[in-house]
Amino acid sequence: MSKRISEEEYNRKLSNRVRDWATGEKDPYLGNLEVKEQTELAINPRTVRKHKRDLEFVVKNVYNTKNNRFYKRFFRFYRLAAIASCIALITILLVAVSYLPPVGSAENPSNNEVVEKYVEDGLQDTGAVNIVTGMILDYRAFDTFGESNVLFIATCTVLILMRRDKKKDLKQAEAERKRESYYEPKADSILQKITFLLFPIILIFGIYVVLNGHLSPGGGFSGGVIIGVGLILYRNAFGLKKTERFFTEKTYKWVSFSALTFYCVAKSYSFFTGANHLESGISLGTAGDIVSAGLILPLNICVGLVVACTTYAFYSLFRKGGF
Amino acid sequence: MLIFEYILLGFLVLCAISVSFSKSLLNSIIIFMSYSLVMSLIWILLESPDLAITEAAVGAGVTSLLFFVALKKIHAMQEEGEEDE
Repeated sequence: MSKRISEEEYNRKLSNRVRDWATGEKDPYLGNLEVKEQTELAINPRTVRKHKRDLEFVVKNVYNTKNNRFYKRFFRFYRLAAIASCIALITILLVAVSYLPPVGSAENPSNNEVVEKYVEDGLQDTGAVNIVTGMILDYRAFDTFGESNVLFIATCTVLILMRRDKKKDLKQAEAERKRESYYEPKADSILQKITFLLFPIILIFGIYVVLNGHLSPGGGFSGGVIIGVGLILYRNAFGLKKTERFFTEKTYKWVSFSALTFYCVAKSYSFFTGANHLESGISLGTAGDIVSAGLILPLNICVGLVVACTTYAFYSLFRKGGF
Repeated sequence: MLIFEYILLGFLVLCAISVSFSKSLLNSIIIFMSYSLVMSLIWILLESPDLAITEAAVGAGVTSLLFFVALKKIHAMQEEGEEDE
């Protein structure tokens, strides 16, 4: 026989209380919580008046710049100061220009032995018909190396600032894709047809400028920018998916890395030898040929690749925050 | 040729002034593009075609493109934005 318990004790058992609560026979909050009746919200007219006065005060003294005497005076002074500083700057620049020596005079300080050396021995030393390229990629190749690195570092900085994080849950990724499709160009048939005609020409012209850097005006930087602009045009006309077939983040990384490394291997000895020339051992070839001038052609190609990738990467990062 | 050069230089000054006085940002960028174009012509007249190519590609091309993208990002291109939405 089971032990019989009193009714009071039976009610206190946990299982029974839970059953009572589940069936709705007993409200556990009733009798255990202090319940207060709600009073109606009373608006104090004095506080309302005070707030109104404050608002009027703020509008009158802060936002209303036309009637505020201090701001009026400040803006008048600001305009006068701007005009005065502009005029002062222009005067200083014009005075400085008037002291410059005349263009093309034989006694100019720029007509010194350095120019003489470059103009007279440039073709023999470097093998480049375009003396400017001969200077920047042979005599002063380490300068250009620094410039290429500056471009690379600039891309890295933009990457840090503009990059979108990829670690997101599905819902956010979906919203992101929607927003990205909003930024993607619409299929514009006029733009697509014109790009279809122009893109190969732009690309070929860019490659021509890069390869002919040592023969004709241009060089790695200009040609690289032309190629980069062509890529941007293609991206605008045909969208991200078609561009991704030949240019992704991986392409950018490897192209930039290998071009900069080649440049570094070829020319960074200047930092140790103090800009003294080392013989590369590559014959200079016939002046005027495409394959001539020793290391200048490969270096030009390197600079062109880095610049083209950087231009496109800038655009892509600003546009979408990724490649 | 000298007259042509003076015309170009005057146009340059005109462009530079109108960039800062233009109300619309979009117009400013387009005027800036034309400034770069005239500048590249002047580089050719000054016998430095290297700079002319670079100026045409960078000044009229890349810089303006980046400005356009920035305007689009900050929703400053009103007409286009309304069409898109």
